[in-house]
Amino acid sequence: MANTVLQTKNINKYFYDPVKFKVLSDINMSINEGEFVSIVGKSGCGKSTLLYILSTMDTDYEGELLINGDDLSKKTDSNLAKIRNQHIGFVFQFHYLLSEYNVVRNVMIPAIKLAKYSLKEIEHRAMEQLRKLDMTDQALKFPNQLSGGQKQRVAIARALINDPLIIMGDEPTGNLDKKNSDLVFDIFNNLVKERNQALLIVTHDPDFAVRTHRTIEMADGKIIS
Amino acid sequence: MNLKLIIDIAFNLIKARLKQSIVAAVGVTFGIAMFITLVSFMNGLNNLLDGLMLNRTPHVRLYNEIKPTKEQPVILSKKFRNTTNFINSIKPKDRGQEIYNSKSIINALKQDSRIIDVAPKVSVPVFYNTGNIEITGLINGIDVPAEEHLFKVSDYIIEGNVFDLNNEGNTIIIGKGLSEKMMVIVGDIIKITTLKGGLVNLKIVGISQIGIAEIDNTMSYTSLETAQMLLGESAGYITDIQVKLTDMALAPALAKEFGNKFNIDAIDAQTANSQFETGSKVRTIISYAVGITLLIVAGFGIYNILNMMIYEKMDSIAILKATGFSGNDVKWIFISLSLIIGVTGGLFGLLFGFAFSHAIELIPFETASLPTIKTYPIDYKVAYYTIGIIFAVCTTTIAGLFPALKASKIDPVEIIRGK
Ligand SMILES: Nc1ncnc2c1ncn2[C@@H]1O[C@H](COP(=O)(O)OP(=O)(O)O)[C@@H](O)[C@H]1O
Ligand SMILES: [Mg+2]
Repeated sequence: MANTVLQTKNINKYFYDPVKFKVLSDINMSINEGEFVSIVGKSGCGKSTLLYILSTMDTDYEGELLINGDDLSKKTDSNLAKIRNQHIGFVFQFHYLLSEYNVVRNVMIPAIKLAKYSLKEIEHRAMEQLRKLDMTDQALKFPNQLSGGQKQRVAIARALINDPLIIMGDEPTGNLDKKNSDLVFDIFNNLVKERNQALLIVTHDPDFAVRTHRTIEMADGKIIS
Repeated sequence: MNLKLIIDIAFNLIKARLKQSIVAAVGVTFGIAMFITLVSFMNGLNNLLDGLMLNRTPHVRLYNEIKPTKEQPVILSKKFRNTTNFINSIKPKDRGQEIYNSKSIINALKQDSRIIDVAPKVSVPVFYNTGNIEITGLINGIDVPAEEHLFKVSDYIIEGNVFDLNNEGNTIIIGKGLSEKMMVIVGDIIKITTLKGGLVNLKIVGISQIGIAEIDNTMSYTSLETAQMLLGESAGYITDIQVKLTDMALAPALAKEFGNKFNIDAIDAQTANSQFETGSKVRTIISYAVGITLLIVAGFGIYNILNMMIYEKMDSIAILKATGFSGNDVKWIFISLSLIIGVTGGLFGLLFGFAFSHAIELIPFETASLPTIKTYPIDYKVAYYTIGIIFAVCTTTIAGLFPALKASKIDPVEIIRGK
């Protein structure tokens, strides 16, 4: 049986501003190794909110979150940062890159932070990631010199650099045209096939969702199917 | 924590905002340079003035003060010993100015390892006669070699040679103001009346200038022997014993000790010159206050640029946090950023401070009252430079701390959602 990389137990979350309301209720889900899962639902139903909790960036919730069987709900800020660094790759809708660094350096930074390999080896691995995404010739450019699709590929390379347990994406194709979106889908699909990567991708593109292994549908802060 | 990476990120943030960073660093440079210049200059002046006064005064002076007897005779009576006695109109007792047993006191002092040397002195109040006019004044009979050793009198002899006092009897070196008043030059003979009424002719062999008009207008030097002759006293007669110590800080304690030991009045230089100490302290306080003020201003500059940078770099901070940097890491990025600005600015400040103080030292400063000084005095001391760089590091750390804490608390979710 495949390993469970991510599991939630009864996650609830409230927002208090301007009035108290329950944005997530009783979220129970689990994702296995090599599983490509998509989350769909109407705008405002709480998909992003859920993903921020799963990515450990938001700690203000009730319930349990387990990554690789490890309960994260009571970890310190720096422990969570370590887990994000090592085990979670995040791809945003808007390609968040560091404008001060060139492409290859952007990909390298999480690995330098992890400090598992030497700088030379990290650079080699970063170039390898970029090569797989067909970005080798863009390696020395700066983010502002890239197109949207290219930036998203850099962000994916960065998410992959530390061999994470799971990659999460919040509408990573939301800002891309059909051609680039297909490209990103193929990249994700290859990861699943080649590395047995677990993927959890929020999308509002039905085309994208149907091609994944499993689709979680949300409405009003609940999982409905 | 990966320090190299953190510093690398800090450097890149500075590079992205190079102009503002340089402006902030220049603020620190200016503050430190001013601090170094001021402290070096002020302390140069302090040393000069200390030299002016303290090097010319003994660390401890032993003498006989005219004062009433401490224990009035009534105490000797058994009947009144334990009562409170009121005695009116006590008059001082004339014990004379002479230090009794001066030879053995001097010998004892010379044995003391805490003492550099001892110089005896005879002060003779006199009238200088010129025409019909008598000018009141003071002649100091000095032991020339000892006086030279302790106070370097020759520095203040602007004409003639102080050792001529020993070569010839009945000679005098008079103050510059005095020579101008009496219109006499070296080689002239002046008439002097002592308090006891004797009239003596002395030959002028030199002119002295201490730099303090009050002294230059009234004081002259002569040899011990001539001074004793003026008073009609024998060779052992001494009114003052001047002592120079290896460590001036010991003066107050030793003054007390010698006073008790030799049953004599003793005053230390600190007490005798307390007003100079105050002046020195005030100058030091001023230079530190100005330096610190400038640094605080520079600190606000750093605070401002860091706040601005954090505001502009919210996205980068959010990315760093999302990819595995903790709040602590982000805090250290901004503290190092501030320290890079502070240390760079501070080091340039030391350099400019040195250059400025050197420039001041080249400015001519010739004043009649300070014959040995040709340019403005500067005190170069490693300590000032150390204090300067410590100041720079402290102010920039404090200035960077608040923005850094703010950055560390930025919630990446809020930034990412905000897009
Ligand atoms: N910081 C916040 N304070 C209050 N309400 C919020 C906040 N962030 C999001 N919400 C609300 O929570 C709900 C879920 O938002 P979100 O998770 O972004 O939805 P989506 O599924 O479109 O990603 C929305 O109704 C949104 O208005
Ligand atoms: Mg959303």
